[in-house]
Amino acid sequence: MLRKILIATLGAAGLLAAAPAQPVQAAGAGHIEHVNWSFEGVFGTFDQDQLHRGWQIWTGYCAMCHSLDYFAFRNLEQIGFSEEEVKEIAAEYTITDGPDDTGEMFDREGIPADYWPSPYANDEEATYINGALPPDLSVITKGRAGGPDYVYSYLLGFDDEPPEDQTVPAGSYWNSAAHMSVKMPPQIFEEMVIYEDGTKETPEQHAKDITAFLHWVAEPHLDERKGTGIVTMLFLLVLTALLYALKKQIWSRVEH
Amino acid sequence: MSAMMDNKIVKWVDSRLPIFSLMDEHGIEYPTPKNLNYWWNFGSLAAFVLIVMVATGIFLAMHYVPHGDMAFASIERLMREVDYGWLLRYAHANGASMFFLVVYIHIFRGLYYGSYAKPRELLWIIGVVIMLAMMATAFMGYVLPWGQMSFWAAKVITSMFSAVPIFGEDLVVWIWGGFSVGSPTLTRFFSLHYLLPFLILALVFLHVWALHTTKSNNPLGIDIKGPQDTIPFHPYYTIKDLYGIGVLMMLFMGFVFFAPNYLGHPDNYVPANPMVTPPHIVPEWYFLPFYTVLRAIDNKLLGVIAMFASVLILIAVPWLDRSKVRSLSFRPIMKIFFWLFVLDTLILGYIGAMPAEGIWIPLGQASTAYYFLHFLVILPLVSMYEKPRPLPESISNPVVKDTQDQAAATEAK
Repeated sequence: MLRKILIATLGAAGLLAAAPAQPVQAAGAGHIEHVNWSFEGVFGTFDQDQLHRGWQIWTGYCAMCHSLDYFAFRNLEQIGFSEEEVKEIAAEYTITDGPDDTGEMFDREGIPADYWPSPYANDEEATYINGALPPDLSVITKGRAGGPDYVYSYLLGFDDEPPEDQTVPAGSYWNSAAHMSVKMPPQIFEEMVIYEDGTKETPEQHAKDITAFLHWVAEPHLDERKGTGIVTMLFLLVLTALLYALKKQIWSRVEH
Repeated sequence: MSAMMDNKIVKWVDSRLPIFSLMDEHGIEYPTPKNLNYWWNFGSLAAFVLIVMVATGIFLAMHYVPHGDMAFASIERLMREVDYGWLLRYAHANGASMFFLVVYIHIFRGLYYGSYAKPRELLWIIGVVIMLAMMATAFMGYVLPWGQMSFWAAKVITSMFSAVPIFGEDLVVWIWGGFSVGSPTLTRFFSLHYLLPFLILALVFLHVWALHTTKSNNPLGIDIKGPQDTIPFHPYYTIKDLYGIGVLMMLFMGFVFFAPNYLGHPDNYVPANPMVTPPHIVPEWYFLPFYTVLRAIDNKLLGVIAMFASVLILIAVPWLDRSKVRSLSFRPIMKIFFWLFVLDTLILGYIGAMPAEGIWIPLGQASTAYYFLHFLVILPLVSMYEKPRPLPESISNPVVKDTQDQAAATEAK
């Protein structure tokens, strides 16, 4: 009995602490806008320029609070950065390594093989500073119903007033995509970064670009997967047609 | 006897270990009814998917770490860093859905054509046991990624055992290996998830053995009368099965390459968190009908009993069906009830995906009641009182004496 009460209390406390940080869809009540992504459909692929723009937003904003645990600097080579560029980018970051021969941890420059360094030492620190744990964004576009559309709508979903039956606690913000109060303040605004490729710096464009970047991080093999898929399907189509013809031919011997 | 048996090496081996005779008898010469339709493809399709699952699973296990702190990360690393790791994992995850899809069709085919009826009762029962083993395997496999839905599915399903009277609570602690679902649970699920498919392979061997003893049923549901009714398995059914595999692979690979996460749940890309319960805990699509049965009764123990009964009742079908005629092609009334039953299972599945509130509760209860009504009342009564149409003379001569019943025979063919 005591254990049950303990578990229930801990569970409730955990829910209170973590619920605002978990914009899990409230039974599809949220407003999610569909975007025509370049990576949609059978033939869709990532737009490298868009990923570069998203990378700018990631390093300038999101990375201040969010981690990206499964992303390594070397992955940038996949989206057109040269080996040298990746080395330079990685070197801009400080990585805590160790322990060394004396047992001490030490800081060093990042190398391409390093994974993206988390902005906080641990989840507790991240939670303490932000009021809720900023989720790791490595698979965020796959971990939300609605996928990239949801992430896009979430980023732009801070303009609407909350419905009358909802109260927004102090230090929280109403988000129409999550359809709940969240701890993350609005992050997207006009000209939050200046694009080098001349793309117009609207909030919608920023939201699209960072979402596309995060989807690439979540599904880095998407282009390869679809490419292999098309070849596989063509092969299967021919193979199955041949098998069907052979089946017809063999079965023509059977009287029935 | 095929030409293979004249080879000297084959003869040498065969006189010491008759493995070639076995292959010849059961894989080549095996006399198969000549009138099998495409619904008979699904048995071999199930065997094919099982092999795909074992093959991909063995390689996945080389990279997977069955520990609460590392399972989620190990799968992400597998998907990103291992050559074609994403392909292995997506093939395995979607393969589970393909497996249930073809097995469910295989079971419905058995129900329609009376493939459970005497003398194939044991063949049928072994099939039901295979389905149970598949369900256990699939459930434990779903837990391994250690996402939110993995964790909470494990919690919900293992908690069912607490409904066992007297020692239920202790039983659950024993299953968990602790006082809640955690790393020890994950580790034992991984062990069993690796073990059970080999048990399934053994059961499939028994299933085929029983099949080859009683011989295949056929769309007419009548016995093989002589060699004129059969054709050798090879090449007729080997090529037909291969063609079926080609068609299935297009569907299967369509999911793997173009919609790999469509059948999954987004919450399983959120790492397991015992402190946050997802708003709706839903099982994979293939468990939804049984999930509705579980939730239909507002009593934990009875709900669990009903759920297990909904699978186990299949074992009794050979005796619940009193008809002498196997194929529903000749049983017009039972045929209608068969399709009503198919509809009922689809409705059960749909309701399983809905939250247990409002109209879905009585609808779930009604469709659950109908599920059991079908087996316990409709099947025995209709089979006792229905007058079946006359059966054709034989598979090779599918005519009936009465001309007005010709249509039935044509339809069956």
